[in-house]
Amino acid sequence: MLSYALRTLTRMAITFFVIVTVVFFATRLSGNAVDFVVGDGITSEDRELLISYYELDRPLFTQYLAFLKSFTDGQFGLSFIERRPVSDIVLERIWPSAQLLLAAMTLTLLVSIPLGIVAAIWRDSWIGSAVMMVAFLGYAVPNFVLAVLMMLIFSYWLNWLPVVGNGTALHFIMPTIAMAGVLIAALTRFTRNAMLDVLGQDFMRTARAKGLSEGHVIIKHGLRNAGITILSVIGLQVAGIAAAGSVVIEAIFSWPGIGDLLVSAAVRRDYPVLQFGVLTVALAVIVINALVDLAYAWADPRLRHTVKGGN
Amino acid sequence: MTHSVAVPAMSLPATAYRLWRGADPIRKVAILIGVMLVVLAIFAPLIAPFDPNAQSLISRLRPPLGFERAKEGYLLGTDELGRDVLSRSLHGLQLTLMLAGLGATLGLLFGGTLGLLAGVVGGRTEATVMAAVDTQIAVPFTLVALFLLAILGSSIEVIVLVLGLAGWEQYARIVRGEVRRLMNMPFIEAARAAGAGPLRIARHHLLPNIVSPLVVQFTLSLSNIVLLESTLSFLGLGVQPPTATLGAMVGIGRDYMPSAPWIVVAPAMMILFITFAVQILGDWLRDGADVRLRAR
Repeated sequence: MLSYALRTLTRMAITFFVIVTVVFFATRLSGNAVDFVVGDGITSEDRELLISYYELDRPLFTQYLAFLKSFTDGQFGLSFIERRPVSDIVLERIWPSAQLLLAAMTLTLLVSIPLGIVAAIWRDSWIGSAVMMVAFLGYAVPNFVLAVLMMLIFSYWLNWLPVVGNGTALHFIMPTIAMAGVLIAALTRFTRNAMLDVLGQDFMRTARAKGLSEGHVIIKHGLRNAGITILSVIGLQVAGIAAAGSVVIEAIFSWPGIGDLLVSAAVRRDYPVLQFGVLTVALAVIVINALVDLAYAWADPRLRHTVKGGN
Repeated sequence: MTHSVAVPAMSLPATAYRLWRGADPIRKVAILIGVMLVVLAIFAPLIAPFDPNAQSLISRLRPPLGFERAKEGYLLGTDELGRDVLSRSLHGLQLTLMLAGLGATLGLLFGGTLGLLAGVVGGRTEATVMAAVDTQIAVPFTLVALFLLAILGSSIEVIVLVLGLAGWEQYARIVRGEVRRLMNMPFIEAARAAGAGPLRIARHHLLPNIVSPLVVQFTLSLSNIVLLESTLSFLGLGVQPPTATLGAMVGIGRDYMPSAPWIVVAPAMMILFITFAVQILGDWLRDGADVRLRAR
């Protein structure tokens, strides 16, 4: 298990290093960032000052080394627009994002696991088809369209829910649903397929033959085994979908999270913030993937041992 | 397995008719919607009653026909600058489908070539390509898109490039996997023994055999790219105003929702129709291409 963890950690570090390098050189691709942001309305002395402050006049490789060094001392520079350290700006956005993500994930699990099981058990009846049809349609509805239509109905027409912000529990309802929509559709499908694979196994028949109740068989023997597959899907797909979703959903509902910050930084071309924000989210996705990977290995001893065997 | 089976010569209309007859009702609806959208998009300039960018400040924010204050000729109402919502939706549909088609094709060419290279050459090339694929999978593409558009600006070339990069890793993965599988097959060995070079093997023996998974992936990625383009436009990072795209219309119309919801509804419904039709058709193709599923 330890060697498996070490390998995962190494792979994580390499991926992150590649992303850091790509992000750094991509940012410099566009030429001089200062000109891009401030345009013509600036004296040439101020321009020189800005360029030397951001050290954009130094050789590219020196800049790259300085950029790498900032990971050791935590000095990532100031925002072009807010004049505050980018690390402060980004880090204070993490908690609201995490809250929304947790709410959306909880809703997703609560809805899609039971739905997936139901669709697997009654797969030949209309119940199974109905569930799959809804899941399919859910996949086709873009999250921002869902969000805008919900706003239209529940905020403007019925006046039940607040439009933007994150002040109260009521504020959570629409962003959570909008973010969970696609996730529910995806996870319901995967749960159904994973359950279908398990339901036909011999040990399920054995469990029933022992005289266990149907509910016990499905939860204890079925879901436990299907859970391993579901877990891997959560890591592979869900982290990515959730990160992409939070960008859009947070921007729509003015949710003060990282996604909202990234969009406004992109629109205002605030590179230091954008750069640090993108790296933060990428790191979060990599860490979540690695954790799920480890949980997966822990839950499924077969995997742990094959890896240990050097396969 | 997707050996290029000799299809009995059948005219295109006959094939289309046979497919239509075999389709279930939902798929029929999806086909109808898809065909309708494509026709509307192609003939948008002819069908649209007005210039999509023509402003008319005296007829701003008029509701669709049949509502109070509606203005003659403006079937779906007007937006905040008095532009015809129907005309803008049609032109937006055209641009959205064009960008998506272009993006998906670029992704196919780029990812497919890399995958082919990785599979045929192997060794260090393969390791590099697959490492790039793994890195791309680890980073949500919306982030990459935001980042590139912020650095390079939202010109139409950059947008096509960004849409083209979306999903390249899927093509690379599929092609490389299929190539690796096929390379061990006797008929490739036979071709090599007969003196065929890598290029000839790739063109005449590999490509024909990986067409069908690629077609499936292309369709599925088409709907993802429509979503990505709409999302970026919605956020104000896509094609810049006044050019109409469906996503941008929803994004700007959002501000007028309390008083003029019709600005949002028409383009939002069009996006829904596109993704619905493309997803159903993509799923259908996948069922058809996957022999294991067909046997079920």
